[in-house]
Amino acid sequence: MAVRKKATKRSTARSRAGTARRAQGKALVLVATRKGAWLYHGDPARKSWRADGPHFLGHIVNHVMLDPRDGRTLLAAAKTGHLGPTVFRSTDLGGTWKEAARPPAFAKAAESGQPTLRGRSVDHTFWLTPGHASEPGVWYAGTSPQGLFRSQDGGVTWEPLSSINEDPQYREWMGSEQDGTPDGPKLHSILIDPRDPAHLYFAMSSGGVHESRDGGATWQVLVKGMQVVDGFDPAVITFHDPHCVRMCPTNPDRLYQQNHCGIYRIDRPADEWVRVGRKMPKRVGDVGFPMVVHPRDADRLWVFPMDGGSVWPRTSPEGLPAVYTTRNGGKTWQRLSDGLPPREAWWTVKRQAMTADAQDPVGLYFGTTSGELWASRDEGARWACIASHLPEIYAVEAANLA
Amino acid sequence: MQVLIPTPLRSYTNEQRMVEANGATLAALLDDLDRRYPGIRFRIIDEQERMRRHVRFFVNGDQVFDLGRSLEPHDEVFIVQALSGG
Repeated sequence: MAVRKKATKRSTARSRAGTARRAQGKALVLVATRKGAWLYHGDPARKSWRADGPHFLGHIVNHVMLDPRDGRTLLAAAKTGHLGPTVFRSTDLGGTWKEAARPPAFAKAAESGQPTLRGRSVDHTFWLTPGHASEPGVWYAGTSPQGLFRSQDGGVTWEPLSSINEDPQYREWMGSEQDGTPDGPKLHSILIDPRDPAHLYFAMSSGGVHESRDGGATWQVLVKGMQVVDGFDPAVITFHDPHCVRMCPTNPDRLYQQNHCGIYRIDRPADEWVRVGRKMPKRVGDVGFPMVVHPRDADRLWVFPMDGGSVWPRTSPEGLPAVYTTRNGGKTWQRLSDGLPPREAWWTVKRQAMTADAQDPVGLYFGTTSGELWASRDEGARWACIASHLPEIYAVEAANLA
Repeated sequence: MQVLIPTPLRSYTNEQRMVEANGATLAALLDDLDRRYPGIRFRIIDEQERMRRHVRFFVNGDQVFDLGRSLEPHDEVFIVQALSGG
């Protein structure tokens, strides 16, 4: 399906390309929501923002990603309340979109090579990761229910990775439809080592963290040190619930993880996660969804704590939204809430809805469950709301236009 | 035969409400529809050949649940979205 927006709201593809040329060095923030997607174009100072949207109004958009290898290709993971899931692709920064010829879909049960396994269908593509810099055209996707997919042609056609999707052990670890988030268990946090395109990680909520050193042919579990909900057995991989895992760009041996049960760090080749969230203030705790790493400083990261007490309200603790940061790999934490609502703000931030740009100082962005887009131009010291009244925000990504 | 396309799928059919497609069964009809309008089938039938949960199929006014349902050239097929969601 080719989608072209109304002429009244959009310029032609030709003039869009012109806009892209004028946008040298400008920031672009990609916002995916429960009811469509918006692109926010910033000026070089990141002070004023121009909204381009809605794209796919009414579609449930879980993720929009820019391909950093060409600086102009966008992929969007979308479905509607009625229609099945698909992926849209734009090669002109959202001027026009074309549907993937073969979106992520599981193997038919009879053709999976595992006749004992129940055939599954993708409910939605949840996560998109551009491949290694040396592999233009390669993308990875994570789905709900949990599945891992790869495209070798820039997102036009997608193939399931049977080493995960049809592996009886992995299928057991994925658990049932009930072993996941309210809108379905998800495969997410697909990470690629910038030093080695065959070295991959992904995480499942639920189902643990996993690593491959052979391009996805075989996988090893990486959950040692991670805690599970009280009363459950951490030896059972299904019970592990990583919410978001990030790799430090300047030190790919260091990963940080926001888990259902705390904040963790690991420094490979060590195989044990360390719960650095224990140093967070007790009344805030270290439960949350997003995890953001600094583009240049592997000791620096940001999290957005939420209330994980009693019935798991998943709101800002005590209605007081705040970002927390560490400058020393999790030894100590500081609260960053200047500019955020001082009281009675009961929203929170989902696992894909907080991100950093690569500028200096780093710009931070997060989108809320209540449809507000917040930004900081100074690494979290001061926050400003740059858009409100959007639908529930599912994902926020920042890119510098090449 | 004539097939009624619901609004969420008209981006595939150049906004046409009624389109022509052929097949001896509902499954074959949907295959033909996908040849004419690539991508439309996966939005309404999943990879395990199950009708998607919120999409309904009617033949001559009767709801159909079986993709193997045989069709005659003069049948009229309606594809509609269920009254669900939010």
